[in-house]
Amino acid sequence: MKGKTLRIAVVGSGPAGMYAIEHLLKEPLNIEIDLYERLPTPWGLVRYGVAPDHPEKKLIIDRAFNYYLAHPKVRFIGNLEIGKDIDHTQLSEWYSAVIYAVGATEDKSINIPGESLPGSWAAREFVAWYNGHPDFSHLEFDLSCERAVVVGNGNVALDVARILTMSPEQLAKTDISQNALEALKRSKIREVVILGRSNLVKAAFHNPELEELACLDGVDIVLDKEQLPKKNNLNSALDWKTKRKILTLNHLAKDNLKEKNRKIIFRFMSSPIELIGSNKLERLVVAKNQIDFDEEGRSIVRPTEESYQLETGILFRAIGYRGIPLPGLPFNKSKGVIENIKGRVSDQGELFPGTYVTGWIKNGPRGIIGTNKLCARDTVRCLLQDAKDGKLSSNTASHDEVLTEVKKRKATIVEYANWLNVERTEIAAGSKIGRPRLKLTKLDDLLEAAGV
Amino acid sequence: MTYVITAPCVADYSCVEVCPVDCISPEPDDSDFQDAEQMYINPEICIDCAACVDACPVLAIYEDVDLPKRWQHYARINRNYFTNKNRTGGVE
Repeated sequence: MKGKTLRIAVVGSGPAGMYAIEHLLKEPLNIEIDLYERLPTPWGLVRYGVAPDHPEKKLIIDRAFNYYLAHPKVRFIGNLEIGKDIDHTQLSEWYSAVIYAVGATEDKSINIPGESLPGSWAAREFVAWYNGHPDFSHLEFDLSCERAVVVGNGNVALDVARILTMSPEQLAKTDISQNALEALKRSKIREVVILGRSNLVKAAFHNPELEELACLDGVDIVLDKEQLPKKNNLNSALDWKTKRKILTLNHLAKDNLKEKNRKIIFRFMSSPIELIGSNKLERLVVAKNQIDFDEEGRSIVRPTEESYQLETGILFRAIGYRGIPLPGLPFNKSKGVIENIKGRVSDQGELFPGTYVTGWIKNGPRGIIGTNKLCARDTVRCLLQDAKDGKLSSNTASHDEVLTEVKKRKATIVEYANWLNVERTEIAAGSKIGRPRLKLTKLDDLLEAAGV
Repeated sequence: MTYVITAPCVADYSCVEVCPVDCISPEPDDSDFQDAEQMYINPEICIDCAACVDACPVLAIYEDVDLPKRWQHYARINRNYFTNKNRTGGVE
């Protein structure tokens, strides 16, 4: 495609946005991309979600995403929120196409009494805190009790359990926020109970994450082996991934526990039904669940009459993220996504010209980093088809006009060179104390380092 | 000898795109890609060209003889994925 420049805005610089840019740059197009980011820092959940003890996964920044961010056809405009500082209507006037890759920034609630007691947290808040997210770095987690409870058993639940039980020496080798590192050094938590509402077969955590628990120093994995199918009697109907989980848990679960060790305790078929405490969380009531079958033979998990209480001062809800509405765009409340047909934003069948979504705000929160690559490929294909069919406006604002207008609305935007200042500051500060990076965790500090 | 994909894999599938003998699964349009935990290399087909090693954005791919200790068992896991897939006609 030759001719007039296709000017595209990508909103959100996490994996979804970066993969959208990857696919756009692959095309032999006359193209200019502006990448908008709410925070002064790029990379979304790779910086603020991926656990600090997973530095390998963050290599994707240096080995892929940074290449796109630094690309001459890409301009980073950080510290500017679309839907607040600039609205969708304005953006769609400036560009031929807008791709929203804003992720899922809220969490599902469990809807039980006492859920809002102090001490009851979303795992999302804890994750953002230990990763130094500027919106969450001020939070204070009371880690003075001996038992923490995590509700849900996906990879986020395992991240939380690992960070709570890992030795401070191990944590200090990572880029965990300094604030979180100090708080975790003082932590009195001795055991983390992970509650899964169904059985192991339905557990959402992945095998690599489960197997990794074997690498925790001074941590015993505890599990009532009665909860597992017998090793030599694995139902052949079980899929391979589930069998691998069962074998791993059999291997991980210790019979002779060491008193001095911290513990991660798996309890399947368990749901919290009430959180109790006078002015903060003191204990929770856990129902034992059973599996029933509905009329069509589908299994449903239901609580039984049987329940027990667990004393705890801190609980993390890790049962999934959900997207939030973006002003001016149609939103599907039940799915927590912006309404779309294969990535084209649409309200009851009526398309929003030149407006697209990709990643978790398109499909809901599922999959891992690379899942977003396929998702972005499909959205970009729609966009390119629309461009070819002449459905995208070519009446756009110029590269320079946009920057002038943006600066009128917000003086403190962070451009690529500003971000590099932050990057250098953090790495230099880290190297002085033998850490890979010392994250700046306050908005003011980030902007000062950025030099804006 | 073969190459092996280990735990850091984020299912970015750049490896699939460069593999000259299509020995890496699941491919992005396969039905089990959406729920993939990682990608796997079929040791029966791999020709040891190492193209995937450089393509991997998270350096998750090692030659079997060079596997780090904590990921030794991934040689077996990569192989088992395919034995299982061939037996059941799909890994679901």
